[in-house]
Amino acid sequence: MGMSSLFATLLLPLLGAIAILLTRREQVSIIRNTSLGISIVTFLASIPLFFAFDRTNPGFQFIVDVPWIASLDIGFRLGLDGMSLLLVLLTTFMMPIAIYSSFEAISKREKEYYMMLLFLQFGMAGTFMAMDTFLFYTFWELILIPMYFLIGIWGGQDRVYAAVKFFLYTVVGSLLMLVAIVWLGYYAQQNGHGFTASFLKLQTIAPTIPTEISKWMFLAFALSFCIKVPLFPFHTWLPDAHVQAPTAGSVILAGILLKLGTYGLIRFNLDLFPEASRMFAPFICTLAVIGIIYGALVAMVQTDVKKLVAYSSVSHLGFVVLGIFSMTEEGVQGAIIQMVNHGLSTGMLFLCVGVIYERRHTRDIAEFGGITNVMPRFAVLFAIAMFASVGLPGLNGFVGEFLTLVGAFQSVVLHNWGYAIFSATGVIFAAVYLLWMFQRVMFGTNDNPKNQMLTDVNAREMWTLIPLVVFIVWIGVFPKTFMDISSASSKLVVEKALGMAPSVHAKGVSSSPEH
Amino acid sequence: MLQDLINASPLSVLSLLSVICIVVDALTPKSERLTFMFAGFSMLASMVFACATFWAHGTAFQGMINVGGYASFFDVVFCLAGILTLFAARPYILRENIEHDEFYSLTLFAVAGMSVIAHANNLLMTFIGIEIMSVCFYVLAGYFRTNERSIESALKYFLLGAFATGFLVFGMSFIYGSTGSLDYNVIREHVQSGALHFPRLLALGTGLIVIGLGFKVAVVPFHQWVPDVYEGSPTVVTSFMSTAGKAASLCALIPLVGIVVPQGNHGQLQGALAVLSALTMVVGNVTAVVQTNVKRMLAYSSVAHAGYLLIGFVAMNERGSSGILFYAVAYMFMQMGAFVVVSILESSNNGRLELSDYAGLSRQHPVLAALMALFMFSLAGIPPMAGFFGKYTLFIAAVEAGYTWLTIVAVISSMISVYFYIGLVVLMYFKDPVAEVAESGEGGTAGLTLFVCTTFVLVLGLFPSLLSSLTSHVLH
Repeated sequence: MGMSSLFATLLLPLLGAIAILLTRREQVSIIRNTSLGISIVTFLASIPLFFAFDRTNPGFQFIVDVPWIASLDIGFRLGLDGMSLLLVLLTTFMMPIAIYSSFEAISKREKEYYMMLLFLQFGMAGTFMAMDTFLFYTFWELILIPMYFLIGIWGGQDRVYAAVKFFLYTVVGSLLMLVAIVWLGYYAQQNGHGFTASFLKLQTIAPTIPTEISKWMFLAFALSFCIKVPLFPFHTWLPDAHVQAPTAGSVILAGILLKLGTYGLIRFNLDLFPEASRMFAPFICTLAVIGIIYGALVAMVQTDVKKLVAYSSVSHLGFVVLGIFSMTEEGVQGAIIQMVNHGLSTGMLFLCVGVIYERRHTRDIAEFGGITNVMPRFAVLFAIAMFASVGLPGLNGFVGEFLTLVGAFQSVVLHNWGYAIFSATGVIFAAVYLLWMFQRVMFGTNDNPKNQMLTDVNAREMWTLIPLVVFIVWIGVFPKTFMDISSASSKLVVEKALGMAPSVHAKGVSSSPEH
Repeated sequence: MLQDLINASPLSVLSLLSVICIVVDALTPKSERLTFMFAGFSMLASMVFACATFWAHGTAFQGMINVGGYASFFDVVFCLAGILTLFAARPYILRENIEHDEFYSLTLFAVAGMSVIAHANNLLMTFIGIEIMSVCFYVLAGYFRTNERSIESALKYFLLGAFATGFLVFGMSFIYGSTGSLDYNVIREHVQSGALHFPRLLALGTGLIVIGLGFKVAVVPFHQWVPDVYEGSPTVVTSFMSTAGKAASLCALIPLVGIVVPQGNHGQLQGALAVLSALTMVVGNVTAVVQTNVKRMLAYSSVAHAGYLLIGFVAMNERGSSGILFYAVAYMFMQMGAFVVVSILESSNNGRLELSDYAGLSRQHPVLAALMALFMFSLAGIPPMAGFFGKYTLFIAAVEAGYTWLTIVAVISSMISVYFYIGLVVLMYFKDPVAEVAESGEGGTAGLTLFVCTTFVLVLGLFPSLLSSLTSHVLH
């Protein structure tokens, strides 16, 4: 069951995109409904993965291995471990919401639009499933093209600038990753394993790479992923891309695309280069902490709601990176659950911003005030999204941030409380900028005549927001359902990264607490 | 003799039929359609013979030419390029009112010349092939007989080309002086046994040949003719020159580099080629960024691609050679596709060739814009298009040969190239049309060329082993 579900999850969106290609562009409602239908069916198809997954097995499951380019040992290799399963489920869950949210907002070239969304889903699911460096890179680059068009065609005023900036930043990073991927394969060949792109083979080979080389490999991968995350100081493309992208684009960008970066950091950097990870962990965590505080401070002074949420992403993803490079079980677990949380809560925030933007065609905070009076139901939903993002206990954000901070406190590699203490201030800042924004937009007197006639959220908008609320509360109250999936995998990653797993020689764990 | 003719059937068929073609053309006035068909069928026939002799090996005509394998592979490639050019060219030259029947015979002759290069097992044959091909190109470049730009480009190409030929012949004579033979096999023996008269003469000769062929392939710093000639020539001719022409010149360089370089002692030539390759990639891509004319942009991009192809020569290993063959074929389809789109959109008298004319193209010509975007992504090396796998193989080859720095230069110049390839896509998709332009002519048979190019760009990208298994067979 798991296997067919895996194939369906990956291929249905692609088939859907092809189906839409065959429609006539005037058949707008057919196009919309087809794409929504396909994405919902894909979500349903992915649910068996959740049940079929063996939670005690830390390795890859549902493995597919079809030879593709035999001479270079490149294969169509797919598989899921706990971490990637959660992210695949996040993808299949967010896509119907993103698609449904565009029904009214997108009024030009619908055919291409929905094709791009489905194509994007195919690329994202493929990236999370790939167990082959070549395949991973292919999917990784495949995502660029639809996202580039989504921003560039259906975006806001400066969409072209934002699209090109997004494209160039990502390509620069990923080409360096390509060199590293080539080099990894070559290293395997030199050591008698033959040229390979198989992730499973590289997992056993990579830890033997001498440090002076592996640190360069680490940096090549890390740069590519850190641009995608984005980690300070590579974050400048993100606010532009978010502000210009259409609502669904922002939801996908924040909800799923950014996770590709953090996913890559765990999958490649931590797993393949444990020694270099330990070496660079303090450096990367410092950048993460700077990003947490800087993102929060910049978010505080924004006048555009969407830009505020965009900078809050920089801050929140700083926690994820901090959790990953604390290299503790709690930290990595927290990072994984925080990836899901951020996808849900920030995705929901972007949807809420979209709701008011569609009514007023502005996102300027000063234009709003007292919206609660005219849109009471919206006020409740927006408040939930906001509190989830702030990290209110009982909602999802709290769980992830708490665990990453615990991880940073305990971290053997960082061996310094400063990281946790400084990043904890980010939680406070988040409360400040989000509550302040909420107060200015939703409370006060509704004295702008344009705001007095606003209608409350309609049924369609409810349908996009309510499912998110369900999971936000679920994770907040009972995270175990989801944490169980990833716990074995993250434990294994951490053990390997700290040199505790038998296959890795333990030299270089110098930063012990007594040190 | 008869056996030789049969063994070398792709070449003999092509040479014979191209001579007949020109006679037919002379005897039947106003016979454009007939010559078109004749040229097309000749190349098709040669392709069939090439496939039939693919598994043969050995030499023919007293060791002057090779048969089978490598030669047959390139026969197929060149004939395919020729046929695609014919299909793309017919509607174009009809529209431009320059249909004279020699066009098809000249294309056929050029393909015959390329085929001679592919079969050559002797420096003399290589030289003859290059000259046959080049002379046809000189004439074709000036095919707008009343257009100053076209004539200027033909003249410029001819003068500089003749100059480069001088280098080539000079180099060959030095090699002859050093080894006492023009036969590749004999030269190889002499180089391997070290029985050379003046070892330095061999190095000098090789250097001169690299310069001469570097000119044909458009390697920096011998590339200055490229933008002007590519811009001035009829677009379909540019497409033919920049793809099949480049592949043929590389095809001449492959055995030379393989033979002249003694085993285990290829430091100097390798280093020189690495520098040329790096220069070519960087200069080509950086200059392409600032172009405003689409043909000039593609011209500089073709310069840059010569640089990527040179990586394979630098590596000088099996993966490198196989990478050259793969990338040359992949490049042929994507570059030709891009030029054919340009030729369909072009209006008479070099109109509609500025990049700004492509603004909003996706509204007026959605299919052409989509195909152009596909070719641009492939040229930029974005998976899963054919261009990506080609680069991937070449990068692996360079890393294997210890040239990681060259890989990094290649990667950085690829980043630069993304800027202008994507720039064109931005124009086509994200900008509004400047003004409603009159519809340019129908694609006609050029549509077929585009279809084939698109298919190959996608199929070679998704299933590269189809071609890469063939290329590694060819090299054994």
